[in-house]
Amino acid sequence: MSETSSRLDLEHVDPDEVREETMIINMGPQHPSTHGVLRLLLELDGENVVSCQPIVGYLHTGIEKNCEYRTWQQGVAYVTRADYLAPFFNELGYCLAAERLLGIEAPPRAQVLRVLFCEMNRIASHLVWPATTGMELGAISMMLYGFREREVILDVFEAATGLRMNHSYFRIGGVIMDLPPDGPAQIREFLRVMPGRIREYERILSENPIWLERNRGVGHLSADRALAFGVTGPMLRAAGVARDVRKDEPYCGYETYEFGVPTASEGDCYARYLVRVEEMKQSLGIVEQCLDRLAEPGPVMVEDPKLRWPAQLEVGPDGIGNSPAYVRHIMEESMEALIHHFKMVTEGISVPAGEVYQPVESPRGELGYYLVSDGGHRPYRVKIRDPSFVNLQAVPAMLEGALVADAIAVIASVDPVMGGVDR
Amino acid sequence: MRPEELAERVRARVPEVTVARGEATVVVDRARVLAVLAEVRRDDDLAFDFLSSVTATDWPGRAPRFWVSYELSSTRHRHRLRVKVGIDEDDARLPSVTSLFPTADWHERETFDLYGIVFDGHPNLSRILLPDDWEGHPLRKTEELGGVDTRYKGAFVPPVDRRTT
Repeated sequence: MSETSSRLDLEHVDPDEVREETMIINMGPQHPSTHGVLRLLLELDGENVVSCQPIVGYLHTGIEKNCEYRTWQQGVAYVTRADYLAPFFNELGYCLAAERLLGIEAPPRAQVLRVLFCEMNRIASHLVWPATTGMELGAISMMLYGFREREVILDVFEAATGLRMNHSYFRIGGVIMDLPPDGPAQIREFLRVMPGRIREYERILSENPIWLERNRGVGHLSADRALAFGVTGPMLRAAGVARDVRKDEPYCGYETYEFGVPTASEGDCYARYLVRVEEMKQSLGIVEQCLDRLAEPGPVMVEDPKLRWPAQLEVGPDGIGNSPAYVRHIMEESMEALIHHFKMVTEGISVPAGEVYQPVESPRGELGYYLVSDGGHRPYRVKIRDPSFVNLQAVPAMLEGALVADAIAVIASVDPVMGGVDR
Repeated sequence: MRPEELAERVRARVPEVTVARGEATVVVDRARVLAVLAEVRRDDDLAFDFLSSVTATDWPGRAPRFWVSYELSSTRHRHRLRVKVGIDEDDARLPSVTSLFPTADWHERETFDLYGIVFDGHPNLSRILLPDDWEGHPLRKTEELGGVDTRYKGAFVPPVDRRTT
Protein backbone atom coordinates (compact mmCIF):
# COMPACT_ATOMS: atom_id res chain seq x y z
CA MET A 1 0.00 0.00 0.00
CA SER A 2 1.43 3.38 -0.92
CA GLU A 3 1.72 6.28 1.46
CA THR A 4 -0.46 8.68 -0.51
CA SER A 5 -3.50 6.49 -1.00
CA SER A 6 -3.66 5.10 2.50
CA ARG A 7 -3.77 8.42 4.31
CA LEU A 8 -6.25 11.22 3.84
CA ASP A 9 -4.46 14.52 3.56
CA LEU A 10 -6.57 16.65 5.93
CA GLU A 11 -4.33 19.69 5.47
CA HIS A 12 -5.36 20.15 1.85
CA VAL A 13 -9.09 19.38 1.90
CA ASP A 14 -11.09 22.07 0.16
CA PRO A 15 -14.47 22.31 1.95
CA ASP A 16 -16.08 23.97 -1.11
CA GLU A 17 -15.02 21.29 -3.56
CA VAL A 18 -17.95 19.42 -5.19
CA ARG A 19 -17.04 15.90 -6.14
CA GLU A 20 -18.42 15.08 -9.54
CA GLU A 21 -17.52 11.46 -10.13
CA THR A 22 -20.29 8.88 -10.28
CA MET A 23 -20.56 5.81 -8.11
CA ILE A 24 -20.91 2.25 -9.38
CA ILE A 25 -23.12 0.06 -7.23
CA ASN A 26 -23.89 -3.63 -7.53
CA MET A 27 -27.51 -4.50 -6.84
CA GLY A 28 -27.77 -8.25 -6.53
CA PRO A 29 -27.35 -11.04 -7.47
CA GLN A 30 -28.34 -11.73 -3.87
CA HIS A 31 -30.86 -9.04 -3.11
CA PRO A 32 -34.41 -9.43 -1.78
CA SER A 33 -35.94 -7.21 -4.44
CA THR A 34 -34.32 -8.64 -7.56
CA HIS A 35 -36.79 -11.55 -7.81
CA GLY A 36 -34.14 -14.21 -7.76
CA VAL A 37 -30.58 -13.82 -8.92
CA LEU A 38 -30.67 -10.79 -11.15
CA ARG A 39 -27.68 -8.47 -10.85
CA LEU A 40 -27.82 -4.80 -11.80
CA LEU A 41 -24.73 -2.71 -12.26
CA LEU A 42 -25.98 0.78 -11.42
CA GLU A 43 -24.03 3.94 -12.08
CA LEU A 44 -25.32 6.58 -9.70
CA ASP A 45 -24.93 10.33 -9.55
CA GLY A 46 -26.16 10.92 -6.03
CA GLU A 47 -29.67 9.45 -6.03
CA ASN A 48 -30.01 9.53 -9.81
CA VAL A 49 -29.39 6.55 -12.04
CA VAL A 50 -26.98 7.47 -14.83
CA SER A 51 -26.81 4.05 -16.41
CA CYS A 52 -27.84 0.52 -15.62
CA GLN A 53 -26.60 -2.79 -16.90
CA PRO A 54 -28.57 -5.97 -16.09
CA ILE A 55 -26.35 -9.05 -15.72
CA VAL A 56 -28.01 -12.46 -15.97
CA GLY A 57 -26.94 -16.09 -16.08
CA TYR A 58 -26.62 -16.93 -12.39
CA LEU A 59 -29.38 -19.54 -12.66
CA HIS A 60 -28.29 -21.12 -15.93
CA THR A 61 -28.94 -24.85 -15.69
CA GLY A 62 -28.58 -25.92 -19.32
CA ILE A 63 -32.19 -27.00 -19.80
CA GLU A 64 -31.93 -26.67 -23.59
CA LYS A 65 -28.80 -28.84 -23.77
CA ASN A 66 -30.24 -31.42 -21.38
CA CYS A 67 -33.35 -31.83 -23.52
CA GLU A 68 -31.16 -32.94 -26.43
CA TYR A 69 -30.05 -35.97 -24.40
CA ARG A 70 -33.48 -37.18 -23.25
CA THR A 71 -36.48 -38.65 -25.00
CA TRP A 72 -39.22 -36.40 -26.34
CA GLN A 73 -41.53 -37.22 -23.42
CA GLN A 74 -38.83 -36.55 -20.82
CA GLY A 75 -38.39 -33.04 -22.23
CA VAL A 76 -41.63 -32.00 -20.52
CA ALA A 77 -40.08 -32.55 -17.10
CA TYR A 78 -37.16 -30.28 -18.04
CA VAL A 79 -38.95 -27.35 -19.63
CA THR A 80 -41.52 -27.11 -16.83
CA ARG A 81 -38.66 -26.01 -14.60
CA ALA A 82 -37.64 -23.03 -16.75
CA ASP A 83 -40.15 -20.34 -15.76
CA TYR A 84 -41.11 -21.93 -12.45
CA LEU A 85 -44.00 -19.54 -11.78
CA ALA A 86 -45.62 -20.57 -15.05
CA PRO A 87 -44.87 -24.30 -15.35
CA PHE A 88 -48.01 -25.14 -17.34
CA PHE A 89 -47.14 -22.63 -20.06
CA ASN A 90 -43.73 -24.18 -20.58
CA GLU A 91 -45.27 -27.63 -20.81
CA LEU A 92 -47.92 -26.33 -23.20
CA GLY A 93 -45.47 -24.63 -25.56
CA TYR A 94 -43.26 -27.70 -25.69
CA CYS A 95 -46.13 -30.16 -26.16
CA LEU A 96 -47.89 -28.05 -28.82
CA ALA A 97 -44.65 -27.72 -30.78
CA ALA A 98 -43.96 -31.47 -30.57
CA GLU A 99 -47.56 -32.22 -31.57
CA ARG A 100 -47.23 -30.00 -34.62
CA LEU A 101 -44.08 -31.87 -35.64
CA LEU A 102 -45.97 -35.14 -35.19
CA GLY A 103 -49.01 -33.76 -37.01
CA ILE A 104 -51.42 -34.68 -34.20
CA GLU A 105 -53.83 -32.78 -31.99
CA ALA A 106 -54.78 -33.47 -28.40
CA PRO A 107 -58.41 -34.58 -27.85
CA PRO A 108 -60.94 -31.78 -27.10
CA ARG A 109 -61.20 -32.54 -23.41
CA ALA A 110 -57.41 -32.40 -23.03
CA GLN A 111 -57.42 -29.01 -24.72
CA VAL A 112 -60.06 -27.70 -22.32
CA LEU A 113 -58.02 -29.00 -19.38
CA ARG A 114 -54.93 -27.32 -20.79
CA VAL A 115 -56.72 -23.97 -21.07
CA LEU A 116 -58.15 -24.41 -17.57
CA PHE A 117 -54.80 -25.10 -15.96
CA CYS A 118 -53.03 -22.37 -17.91
CA GLU A 119 -55.53 -19.73 -16.85
CA MET A 120 -55.44 -20.87 -13.22
CA ASN A 121 -51.66 -20.68 -13.51
CA ARG A 122 -51.89 -17.18 -14.96
CA ILE A 123 -53.86 -16.07 -11.90
CA ALA A 124 -51.36 -17.76 -9.56
CA SER A 125 -48.45 -16.06 -11.32
CA HIS A 126 -50.18 -12.67 -11.39
CA LEU A 127 -50.85 -13.06 -7.64
CA VAL A 128 -47.15 -13.45 -6.90
CA TRP A 129 -46.56 -10.21 -8.76
CA PRO A 130 -48.50 -7.76 -6.50
CA ALA A 131 -47.47 -9.86 -3.51
CA THR A 132 -43.73 -9.46 -4.03
CA THR A 133 -44.02 -5.94 -5.45
CA GLY A 134 -46.17 -4.93 -2.48
CA MET A 135 -43.57 -6.28 -0.12
CA GLU A 136 -40.79 -4.34 -1.85
CA LEU A 137 -42.72 -1.09 -1.96
CA GLY A 138 -43.97 -1.21 1.60
CA ALA A 139 -47.39 -2.89 1.32
CA ILE A 140 -46.63 -6.02 3.34
CA SER A 141 -50.27 -7.04 3.76
CA MET A 142 -50.57 -7.45 -0.01
CA MET A 143 -47.87 -10.08 0.16
CA LEU A 144 -49.78 -12.08 2.73
CA TYR A 145 -53.03 -11.89 0.73
CA GLY A 146 -51.37 -12.68 -2.59
CA PHE A 147 -49.70 -15.81 -1.30
CA ARG A 148 -52.83 -16.85 0.60
CA GLU A 149 -54.91 -17.03 -2.59
CA ARG A 150 -52.08 -18.55 -4.61
CA GLU A 151 -52.01 -21.39 -2.09
CA VAL A 152 -55.65 -22.22 -2.93
CA ILE A 153 -54.73 -22.53 -6.61
CA LEU A 154 -51.68 -24.65 -5.82
CA ASP A 155 -53.97 -26.97 -3.82
CA VAL A 156 -56.06 -27.49 -6.96
CA PHE A 157 -52.88 -28.20 -8.94
CA GLU A 158 -51.70 -30.64 -6.32
CA ALA A 159 -55.01 -32.50 -6.28
CA ALA A 160 -54.94 -32.91 -10.07
CA THR A 161 -51.25 -33.39 -10.83
CA GLY A 162 -49.70 -34.51 -7.54
CA LEU A 163 -47.38 -31.52 -7.39
CA ARG A 164 -47.63 -27.85 -6.50
CA MET A 165 -45.04 -26.81 -9.09
CA ASN A 166 -43.15 -28.49 -11.98
CA HIS A 167 -46.17 -30.67 -12.69
CA SER A 168 -45.27 -32.48 -15.95
CA TYR A 169 -49.04 -32.76 -16.37
CA PHE A 170 -49.30 -31.85 -20.04
CA ARG A 171 -47.83 -34.59 -22.20
CA ILE A 172 -47.28 -34.89 -25.91
CA GLY A 173 -50.74 -35.91 -27.15
CA GLY A 174 -52.84 -34.66 -24.24
CA VAL A 175 -52.63 -34.58 -20.46
CA ILE A 176 -51.53 -37.42 -18.20
CA MET A 177 -54.85 -37.85 -16.36
CA ASP A 178 -58.25 -36.33 -15.86
CA LEU A 179 -59.29 -34.06 -12.99
CA PRO A 180 -60.03 -35.86 -9.71
CA PRO A 181 -63.78 -36.30 -9.01
CA ASP A 182 -63.92 -33.35 -6.60
CA GLY A 183 -61.75 -31.14 -8.85
CA PRO A 184 -64.56 -29.14 -10.50
CA ALA A 185 -66.18 -28.43 -7.11
CA GLN A 186 -62.85 -27.25 -5.73
CA ILE A 187 -62.37 -24.90 -8.69
CA ARG A 188 -65.97 -23.62 -8.47
CA GLU A 189 -65.40 -22.72 -4.83
CA PHE A 190 -62.26 -20.82 -5.87
CA LEU A 191 -64.23 -19.00 -8.59
CA ARG A 192 -66.87 -18.02 -6.00
CA VAL A 193 -64.33 -16.54 -3.58
CA MET A 194 -61.79 -14.98 -5.92
CA PRO A 195 -63.69 -11.97 -7.39
CA GLY A 196 -64.21 -10.60 -3.87
CA ARG A 197 -60.54 -11.09 -3.10
CA ILE A 198 -59.49 -9.20 -6.21
CA ARG A 199 -61.76 -6.32 -5.12
CA GLU A 200 -59.96 -6.49 -1.80
CA TYR A 201 -56.56 -6.06 -3.50
CA GLU A 202 -57.89 -3.13 -5.47
CA ARG A 203 -59.16 -1.52 -2.27
CA ILE A 204 -55.72 -1.99 -0.70
CA LEU A 205 -53.65 -0.78 -3.64
CA SER A 206 -55.48 1.20 -6.32
CA GLU A 207 -55.80 4.41 -4.32
CA ASN A 208 -53.08 3.78 -1.78
CA PRO A 209 -50.97 7.00 -1.72
CA ILE A 210 -47.68 5.10 -1.26
CA TRP A 211 -48.51 2.68 -4.05
CA LEU A 212 -49.46 5.55 -6.37
CA GLU A 213 -46.39 7.57 -5.46
CA ARG A 214 -44.03 4.67 -6.10
CA ASN A 215 -45.65 3.42 -9.33
CA ARG A 216 -47.38 6.21 -11.19
CA GLY A 217 -45.18 7.87 -13.81
CA VAL A 218 -42.33 5.52 -12.91
CA GLY A 219 -40.58 3.29 -15.43
CA HIS A 220 -42.30 4.72 -18.47
CA LEU A 221 -41.90 2.73 -21.68
CA SER A 222 -43.64 3.87 -24.86
CA ALA A 223 -45.22 1.39 -27.27
CA ASP A 224 -42.60 2.04 -29.96
CA ARG A 225 -39.69 1.47 -27.64
CA ALA A 226 -41.33 -1.59 -26.12
CA LEU A 227 -41.74 -3.16 -29.56
CA ALA A 228 -38.16 -2.29 -30.49
CA PHE A 229 -36.93 -4.07 -27.37
CA GLY A 230 -39.14 -7.08 -28.15
CA VAL A 231 -41.21 -6.55 -25.00
CA THR A 232 -44.44 -8.58 -24.84
CA GLY A 233 -47.16 -9.44 -22.34
CA PRO A 234 -48.62 -7.10 -19.71
CA MET A 235 -45.71 -4.67 -20.15
CA LEU A 236 -46.55 -4.14 -23.81
CA ARG A 237 -50.31 -4.06 -23.21
CA ALA A 238 -49.78 -1.43 -20.50
CA ALA A 239 -48.26 0.71 -23.26
CA GLY A 240 -51.44 0.39 -25.31
CA VAL A 241 -50.61 -2.43 -27.76
CA ALA A 242 -53.28 -5.17 -27.61
CA ARG A 243 -50.92 -7.95 -28.61
CA ASP A 244 -51.86 -11.33 -27.18
CA VAL A 245 -50.91 -14.67 -28.74
CA ARG A 246 -54.21 -16.17 -27.55
CA LYS A 247 -56.06 -13.77 -29.87
CA ASP A 248 -53.53 -13.32 -32.68
CA GLU A 249 -52.52 -16.94 -33.22
CA PRO A 250 -55.03 -18.98 -31.19
CA TYR A 251 -54.07 -22.44 -29.90
CA CYS A 252 -56.03 -24.99 -27.83
CA GLY A 253 -59.26 -23.45 -29.12
CA TYR A 254 -58.79 -20.04 -27.50
CA GLU A 255 -60.75 -18.52 -30.40
CA THR A 256 -63.89 -20.21 -28.99
CA TYR A 257 -63.60 -18.61 -25.55
CA GLU A 258 -64.93 -15.20 -24.66
CA PHE A 259 -62.38 -12.96 -23.04
CA GLY A 260 -60.95 -9.50 -23.40
CA VAL A 261 -57.37 -8.29 -23.75
CA PRO A 262 -56.99 -5.52 -21.15
CA THR A 263 -54.77 -2.62 -22.11
CA ALA A 264 -53.76 0.70 -20.60
CA SER A 265 -52.19 3.71 -22.27
CA GLU A 266 -49.80 5.19 -19.70
CA GLY A 267 -47.02 2.62 -20.07
CA ASP A 268 -45.80 3.09 -16.48
CA CYS A 269 -45.56 0.72 -13.52
CA TYR A 270 -49.07 1.62 -12.37
CA ALA A 271 -50.53 0.78 -15.79
CA ARG A 272 -48.84 -2.63 -15.59
CA TYR A 273 -50.52 -3.18 -12.25
CA LEU A 274 -53.92 -2.28 -13.70
CA VAL A 275 -53.42 -4.61 -16.68
CA ARG A 276 -52.40 -7.55 -14.50
CA VAL A 277 -55.39 -7.16 -12.18
CA GLU A 278 -57.76 -6.98 -15.16
CA GLU A 279 -56.13 -10.08 -16.66
CA MET A 280 -56.84 -12.03 -13.49
CA LYS A 281 -60.54 -11.18 -13.87
CA GLN A 282 -60.52 -12.26 -17.53
CA SER A 283 -58.80 -15.52 -16.60
CA LEU A 284 -61.51 -16.24 -14.01
CA GLY A 285 -64.05 -15.91 -16.83
CA ILE A 286 -62.12 -18.36 -19.02
CA VAL A 287 -61.82 -20.89 -16.18
CA GLU A 288 -65.60 -20.74 -15.72
CA GLN A 289 -66.16 -21.43 -19.43
CA CYS A 290 -63.74 -24.37 -19.19
CA LEU A 291 -65.68 -25.90 -16.29
CA ASP A 292 -68.90 -25.75 -18.31
CA ARG A 293 -67.20 -27.59 -21.18
CA LEU A 294 -65.83 -30.26 -18.85
CA ALA A 295 -69.38 -31.56 -18.29
CA GLU A 296 -68.81 -33.67 -21.45
CA PRO A 297 -66.64 -36.69 -20.63
CA GLY A 298 -64.01 -37.84 -23.11
CA PRO A 299 -60.46 -39.07 -23.54
CA VAL A 300 -57.61 -36.81 -22.36
CA MET A 301 -54.86 -38.46 -24.43
CA VAL A 302 -54.55 -39.49 -28.07
CA GLU A 303 -55.46 -43.15 -28.73
CA ASP A 304 -52.44 -44.00 -30.92
CA PRO A 305 -50.44 -46.62 -28.94
CA LYS A 306 -47.30 -45.56 -30.83
CA LEU A 307 -47.55 -42.12 -29.20
CA ARG A 308 -49.32 -42.38 -25.86
CA TRP A 309 -47.45 -43.27 -22.70
CA PRO A 310 -48.05 -46.98 -22.08
CA ALA A 311 -48.50 -47.05 -18.28
CA GLN A 312 -51.91 -46.68 -16.72
CA LEU A 313 -52.33 -44.99 -13.39
CA GLU A 314 -54.88 -45.83 -10.76
CA VAL A 315 -55.30 -44.38 -7.30
CA GLY A 316 -54.08 -46.97 -4.83
CA PRO A 317 -54.12 -46.95 -1.02
CA ASP A 318 -51.07 -44.66 -1.05
CA GLY A 319 -52.86 -42.07 -3.16
CA ILE A 320 -51.31 -42.85 -6.53
CA GLY A 321 -49.87 -45.82 -8.37
CA ASN A 322 -49.90 -48.17 -11.34
CA SER A 323 -53.05 -49.98 -12.34
CA PRO A 324 -52.74 -53.61 -11.08
CA ALA A 325 -54.73 -54.82 -14.10
CA TYR A 326 -52.24 -53.20 -16.49
CA VAL A 327 -49.23 -54.57 -14.61
CA ARG A 328 -50.78 -58.06 -14.77
CA HIS A 329 -51.40 -57.62 -18.50
CA ILE A 330 -47.78 -56.84 -19.38
CA MET A 331 -46.16 -59.15 -16.81
CA GLU A 332 -48.32 -62.24 -17.20
CA GLU A 333 -50.53 -62.10 -20.26
CA SER A 334 -48.83 -60.51 -23.26
CA MET A 335 -45.18 -60.59 -24.26
CA GLU A 336 -45.90 -58.09 -27.05
CA ALA A 337 -47.40 -55.64 -24.55
CA LEU A 338 -44.29 -55.95 -22.39
CA ILE A 339 -41.97 -55.32 -25.36
CA HIS A 340 -44.10 -52.35 -26.40
CA HIS A 341 -44.01 -50.93 -22.88
CA PHE A 342 -40.25 -51.41 -22.66
CA LYS A 343 -39.60 -49.76 -26.02
CA MET A 344 -41.85 -46.79 -25.27
CA VAL A 345 -40.28 -46.16 -21.88
CA THR A 346 -36.61 -46.61 -22.76
CA GLU A 347 -36.50 -45.47 -26.38
CA GLY A 348 -39.54 -43.19 -26.55
CA ILE A 349 -41.39 -41.95 -29.58
CA SER A 350 -39.75 -40.83 -32.79
CA VAL A 351 -40.74 -37.49 -34.27
CA PRO A 352 -40.60 -36.69 -38.01
CA ALA A 353 -37.75 -34.38 -39.05
CA GLY A 354 -38.58 -30.69 -39.26
CA GLU A 355 -38.77 -27.48 -37.29
CA VAL A 356 -41.56 -25.45 -35.70
CA TYR A 357 -41.84 -22.28 -33.65
CA GLN A 358 -44.81 -22.38 -31.29
CA PRO A 359 -45.66 -19.24 -29.29
CA VAL A 360 -48.01 -19.26 -26.30
CA GLU A 361 -49.13 -16.32 -24.16
CA SER A 362 -47.49 -16.83 -20.76
CA PRO A 363 -48.17 -14.47 -17.83
CA ARG A 364 -45.07 -12.56 -18.89
CA GLY A 365 -45.63 -12.46 -22.63
CA GLU A 366 -44.76 -14.45 -25.72
CA LEU A 367 -43.20 -17.74 -24.66
CA GLY A 368 -41.89 -19.41 -27.81
CA TYR A 369 -40.68 -22.96 -28.34
CA TYR A 370 -38.51 -23.58 -31.38
CA LEU A 371 -38.13 -27.34 -31.75
CA VAL A 372 -35.99 -29.06 -34.35
CA SER A 373 -36.17 -32.80 -34.97
CA ASP A 374 -33.82 -34.89 -37.08
CA GLY A 375 -36.34 -37.72 -37.10
CA GLY A 376 -34.86 -39.45 -34.07
CA HIS A 377 -36.00 -40.33 -30.59
CA ARG A 378 -34.59 -37.19 -29.05
CA PRO A 379 -35.11 -33.50 -29.81
CA TYR A 380 -32.28 -32.15 -31.96
CA ARG A 381 -32.75 -28.63 -30.64
CA VAL A 382 -35.03 -27.10 -28.02
CA LYS A 383 -34.93 -23.30 -27.96
CA ILE A 384 -36.97 -21.49 -25.35
CA ARG A 385 -37.80 -17.89 -26.20
CA ASP A 386 -38.52 -16.76 -22.67
CA PRO A 387 -40.41 -13.46 -22.30
CA SER A 388 -38.61 -12.46 -19.06
CA PHE A 389 -35.25 -12.72 -20.84
CA VAL A 390 -36.34 -10.33 -23.56
CA ASN A 391 -38.33 -7.96 -21.33
CA LEU A 392 -35.34 -7.40 -19.03
CA GLN A 393 -33.52 -5.74 -21.92
CA ALA A 394 -35.85 -2.75 -21.56
CA VAL A 395 -34.83 -2.08 -17.93
CA PRO A 396 -31.92 0.30 -18.72
CA ALA A 397 -34.23 2.35 -20.96
CA MET A 398 -36.86 2.58 -18.22
CA LEU A 399 -34.29 3.59 -15.60
CA GLU A 400 -32.46 6.39 -17.43
CA GLY A 401 -32.60 9.48 -15.23
CA ALA A 402 -34.75 7.74 -12.63
CA LEU A 403 -34.07 7.67 -8.91
CA VAL A 404 -32.34 4.66 -7.41
CA ALA A 405 -35.51 3.83 -5.46
CA ASP A 406 -37.39 3.57 -8.76
CA ALA A 407 -35.11 0.71 -9.74
CA ILE A 408 -37.01 -1.48 -7.26
CA ALA A 409 -40.40 -0.57 -8.71
CA VAL A 410 -39.19 -0.93 -12.30
CA ILE A 411 -37.62 -4.36 -11.83
CA ALA A 412 -40.74 -5.51 -10.01
CA SER A 413 -42.98 -4.23 -12.82
CA VAL A 414 -41.12 -6.39 -15.35
CA ASP A 415 -41.99 -9.43 -13.22
CA PRO A 416 -38.89 -11.36 -14.30
CA VAL A 417 -38.53 -15.01 -13.33
CA MET A 418 -34.86 -15.86 -13.43
CA GLY A 419 -35.49 -19.56 -13.97
CA GLY A 420 -36.90 -18.59 -17.34
CA VAL A 421 -34.33 -15.89 -18.08
CA ASP A 422 -31.31 -18.11 -17.51
CA ARG A 423 -32.81 -21.50 -18.40
CA MET B 1 -52.33 -13.61 -44.66
CA ARG B 2 -52.20 -17.39 -45.07
CA PRO B 3 -48.69 -18.90 -45.10
CA GLU B 4 -48.98 -19.75 -48.81
CA GLU B 5 -49.97 -16.21 -49.78
CA LEU B 6 -47.25 -14.87 -47.52
CA ALA B 7 -44.71 -17.15 -49.20
CA GLU B 8 -45.86 -15.93 -52.62
CA ARG B 9 -45.46 -12.34 -51.51
CA VAL B 10 -42.01 -12.93 -50.03
CA ARG B 11 -40.91 -14.94 -53.08
CA ALA B 12 -40.98 -11.75 -55.17
CA ARG B 13 -38.11 -10.50 -53.02
CA VAL B 14 -36.30 -13.66 -51.90
CA PRO B 15 -36.70 -16.71 -54.14
CA GLU B 16 -35.97 -19.46 -51.60
CA VAL B 17 -39.23 -19.73 -49.66
CA THR B 18 -40.68 -22.93 -48.27
CA VAL B 19 -43.91 -23.55 -46.39
CA ALA B 20 -44.08 -26.41 -43.89
CA ARG B 21 -46.51 -26.99 -41.02
CA GLY B 22 -48.12 -23.63 -41.61
CA GLU B 23 -44.85 -21.71 -41.32
CA ALA B 24 -43.07 -19.82 -44.05
CA THR B 25 -39.27 -20.00 -44.06
CA VAL B 26 -36.86 -18.13 -46.29
CA VAL B 27 -33.22 -19.02 -46.72
CA VAL B 28 -30.94 -16.10 -47.43
CA ASP B 29 -27.28 -15.56 -48.05
CA ARG B 30 -25.20 -14.17 -45.21
CA ALA B 31 -24.36 -11.02 -47.16
CA ARG B 32 -28.05 -10.24 -47.68
CA VAL B 33 -29.47 -10.91 -44.21
CA LEU B 34 -29.63 -7.26 -43.12
CA ALA B 35 -31.06 -6.14 -46.45
CA VAL B 36 -33.76 -8.85 -46.45
CA LEU B 37 -34.82 -8.13 -42.86
CA ALA B 38 -35.04 -4.43 -43.71
CA GLU B 39 -37.05 -5.13 -46.86
CA VAL B 40 -39.68 -7.37 -45.27
CA ARG B 41 -40.00 -4.82 -42.52
CA ARG B 42 -40.52 -1.90 -44.91
CA ASP B 43 -43.04 -3.65 -47.19
CA ASP B 44 -46.54 -2.57 -46.08
CA ASP B 45 -48.12 -5.94 -46.85
CA LEU B 46 -45.49 -7.82 -44.88
CA ALA B 47 -44.54 -5.30 -42.16
CA PHE B 48 -42.35 -7.66 -40.11
CA ASP B 49 -41.57 -5.15 -37.40
CA PHE B 50 -41.08 -7.52 -34.47
CA LEU B 51 -38.19 -9.90 -33.91
CA SER B 52 -39.23 -12.67 -31.54
CA SER B 53 -36.10 -14.72 -31.39
CA VAL B 54 -32.65 -15.35 -32.81
CA THR B 55 -31.04 -18.72 -32.37
CA ALA B 56 -28.92 -21.35 -34.09
CA THR B 57 -28.69 -25.07 -34.74
CA ASP B 58 -25.50 -27.05 -35.15
CA TRP B 59 -25.08 -29.82 -37.75
CA PRO B 60 -21.45 -31.03 -37.50
CA GLY B 61 -20.14 -32.76 -40.61
CA ARG B 62 -22.54 -30.94 -42.90
CA ALA B 63 -21.98 -27.83 -44.97
CA PRO B 64 -22.96 -25.31 -43.81
CA ARG B 65 -22.47 -26.43 -40.23
CA PHE B 66 -24.57 -23.75 -38.51
CA TRP B 67 -28.03 -22.44 -39.32
CA VAL B 68 -28.98 -19.18 -37.64
CA SER B 69 -32.72 -18.51 -37.62
CA TYR B 70 -34.62 -15.28 -37.03
CA GLU B 71 -38.28 -15.53 -35.98
CA LEU B 72 -40.09 -12.46 -37.28
CA SER B 73 -43.68 -11.42 -36.71
CA SER B 74 -45.86 -8.51 -37.69
CA THR B 75 -47.78 -6.52 -35.08
CA ARG B 76 -50.14 -5.23 -37.76
CA HIS B 77 -50.84 -8.37 -39.81
CA ARG B 78 -50.31 -11.03 -37.11
CA HIS B 79 -48.29 -13.30 -39.37
CA ARG B 80 -44.87 -14.86 -38.95
CA LEU B 81 -41.79 -15.58 -41.03
CA ARG B 82 -38.58 -17.44 -40.31
CA VAL B 83 -35.37 -16.24 -41.95
CA LYS B 84 -32.51 -18.73 -41.98
CA VAL B 85 -28.86 -18.20 -42.78
CA GLY B 86 -26.35 -21.01 -43.19
CA ILE B 87 -22.77 -20.34 -42.10
CA ASP B 88 -19.62 -22.40 -42.29
CA GLU B 89 -17.66 -23.70 -39.35
CA ASP B 90 -14.35 -21.98 -40.19
CA ASP B 91 -16.00 -18.61 -40.79
CA ALA B 92 -18.81 -18.49 -38.24
CA ARG B 93 -19.65 -14.80 -38.55
CA LEU B 94 -22.78 -12.85 -39.34
CA PRO B 95 -23.63 -9.15 -39.47
CA SER B 96 -25.47 -8.08 -36.33
CA VAL B 97 -29.08 -6.95 -36.81
CA THR B 98 -29.15 -4.83 -33.62
CA SER B 99 -29.26 -1.64 -35.73
CA LEU B 100 -32.58 -2.81 -37.17
CA PHE B 101 -34.00 -4.62 -34.12
CA PRO B 102 -32.53 -3.48 -30.78
CA THR B 103 -34.03 -6.61 -29.19
CA ALA B 104 -31.47 -8.70 -31.10
CA ASP B 105 -28.82 -7.53 -28.61
CA TRP B 106 -29.32 -10.25 -26.00
CA HIS B 107 -30.44 -12.88 -28.52
CA GLU B 108 -27.18 -12.48 -30.42
CA ARG B 109 -25.14 -12.49 -27.24
CA GLU B 110 -26.83 -15.76 -26.25
CA THR B 111 -26.16 -17.30 -29.66
CA PHE B 112 -22.52 -16.20 -29.44
CA ASP B 113 -22.26 -17.59 -25.91
CA LEU B 114 -23.76 -20.99 -26.64
CA TYR B 115 -22.61 -21.54 -30.26
CA GLY B 116 -19.57 -19.31 -30.72
CA ILE B 117 -21.08 -17.50 -33.69
CA VAL B 118 -19.69 -13.98 -33.99
CA PHE B 119 -22.05 -11.11 -34.84
CA ASP B 120 -20.07 -8.32 -36.52
CA GLY B 121 -21.11 -4.83 -35.47
CA HIS B 122 -22.75 -5.91 -32.21
CA PRO B 123 -22.32 -3.16 -29.57
CA ASN B 124 -21.19 -5.51 -26.79
CA LEU B 125 -20.69 -9.09 -27.90
CA SER B 126 -19.85 -10.85 -24.63
CA ARG B 127 -21.04 -13.98 -22.87
CA ILE B 128 -24.45 -13.63 -21.27
CA LEU B 129 -25.54 -16.89 -19.64
CA LEU B 130 -22.14 -18.42 -18.89
CA PRO B 131 -19.28 -16.93 -16.84
CA ASP B 132 -16.87 -14.72 -18.80
CA ASP B 133 -13.99 -17.18 -18.34
CA TRP B 134 -15.91 -20.20 -19.60
CA GLU B 135 -14.15 -22.19 -22.30
CA GLY B 136 -16.09 -23.50 -25.27
CA HIS B 137 -19.64 -23.08 -26.50
CA PRO B 138 -21.83 -25.71 -24.84
CA LEU B 139 -24.75 -25.98 -27.29
CA ARG B 140 -22.40 -27.11 -30.06
CA LYS B 141 -23.01 -30.80 -30.70
CA THR B 142 -19.29 -31.45 -30.30
CA GLU B 143 -19.41 -30.34 -26.65
CA GLU B 144 -20.37 -33.09 -24.27
CA LEU B 145 -23.17 -32.72 -21.76
CA GLY B 146 -20.96 -33.24 -18.72
CA GLY B 147 -21.93 -34.72 -15.40
CA VAL B 148 -20.57 -37.13 -12.82
CA ASP B 149 -20.90 -40.85 -12.20
CA THR B 150 -23.70 -41.54 -9.75
CA ARG B 151 -23.56 -44.43 -7.28
CA TYR B 152 -26.67 -46.56 -7.36
CA LYS B 153 -27.02 -49.93 -5.58
CA GLY B 154 -23.27 -50.44 -5.39
CA ALA B 155 -22.56 -49.63 -9.05
CA PHE B 156 -21.57 -46.36 -10.67
CA VAL B 157 -23.93 -45.07 -13.33
CA PRO B 158 -22.21 -42.77 -15.89
CA PRO B 159 -23.75 -39.44 -16.98
CA VAL B 160 -26.53 -39.69 -19.51
CA ASP B 161 -24.43 -38.91 -22.59
CA ARG B 162 -21.86 -41.59 -21.75
CA ARG B 163 -24.29 -44.44 -21.11
CA THR B 164 -24.22 -47.28 -23.60
CA THR B 165 -27.83 -48.36 -23.09
